[in-house]
Amino acid sequence: MNNEELKNSITQILPSATFDESGEFMSVFISSEELLPFMKELRNRDELFFDYLFCETCVDWKDHLMMVYFLNSKTHKHNIVVKAKITDTINPKIESVYDIWKTAELNEDEIFDLFGVTFLNHPNLRRLFMPEDWPGFPLRKNYVDDNMIEL
Amino acid sequence: MGLKDKLEFPGQVHETPDGSFIVSQLDNLINWARANSMWPLAFGTSCCAIEMMHTVNAKYDWSRFGFEVMRATPRQSDLIIVSGTITMKMAPVLKRLYDQMPEPRYVIAMGACTISGGPFFYNTYSVVKGIDHILPVDVFVPGCPPRPEALLHSMMALQEKIKNEPYFRKAKEEAK
Repeated sequence: MNNEELKNSITQILPSATFDESGEFMSVFISSEELLPFMKELRNRDELFFDYLFCETCVDWKDHLMMVYFLNSKTHKHNIVVKAKITDTINPKIESVYDIWKTAELNEDEIFDLFGVTFLNHPNLRRLFMPEDWPGFPLRKNYVDDNMIEL
Repeated sequence: MGLKDKLEFPGQVHETPDGSFIVSQLDNLINWARANSMWPLAFGTSCCAIEMMHTVNAKYDWSRFGFEVMRATPRQSDLIIVSGTITMKMAPVLKRLYDQMPEPRYVIAMGACTISGGPFFYNTYSVVKGIDHILPVDVFVPGCPPRPEALLHSMMALQEKIKNEPYFRKAKEEAK
């Protein structure tokens, strides 16, 4: 499917979705509440069939957090980026996509570790890289560490 | 001191018709044996560890200078070469390994990361800024990473140190 066809099918699933085609892959912007049903449609519809989550990450934009999911379809060979906005930066929460793509487990552990996003219904949410008792989330813009020497 | 002096036996051999006897100090004799049979711990965390592996293997072969086998357990080793970045998460593990080594034990800090944090000194939350915050270091080897020759030189410097320290008095002082 090319980008126009993807746009049409996605608009049918979620009319409120907005698009951005300036990057390498087309991006779809949604809100964090509509993530899980939307992702299930992307995974299960025959004409979309995004069966591979090849990257999952997060971006801190100070006033909100943006979850980013990079999806690929092995059968149709098309890609898409789904961006879900989390407005609550103090206690950010989003549904886990572990039930759809198993690979999300460690990706979400890492995002929890470094950004502090809590994933609901995640099988084993834990610190992945940082020590268990580490205070704060290092990749957040408002992170402060007294031991860090800034240049 | 040349290489010959380093390898030489510390004492005088006196020939007699019935055989020969040796006059030496026990400190020197034991230190001579200890310095020429160091057993390093197989421990490495980053690219310095790759350079250390080269030093172990055939091309440089540190066994020639008496470093012999690498041990996979701290309980059988008396030297730890900290080769590579030590992160805050690794620090307790390293401390524990060091604590498990039997006395007398020695530490070589190999490379910029272990000396000061090196390239990770600024703007990093996760790297220990020098392993001398956790362990007492005997020899520092600068470099990023140091060449195998530099590592060999540092280990020979450690041998010098071992040969010149009083073994029995050291044990007594530490018992206090």
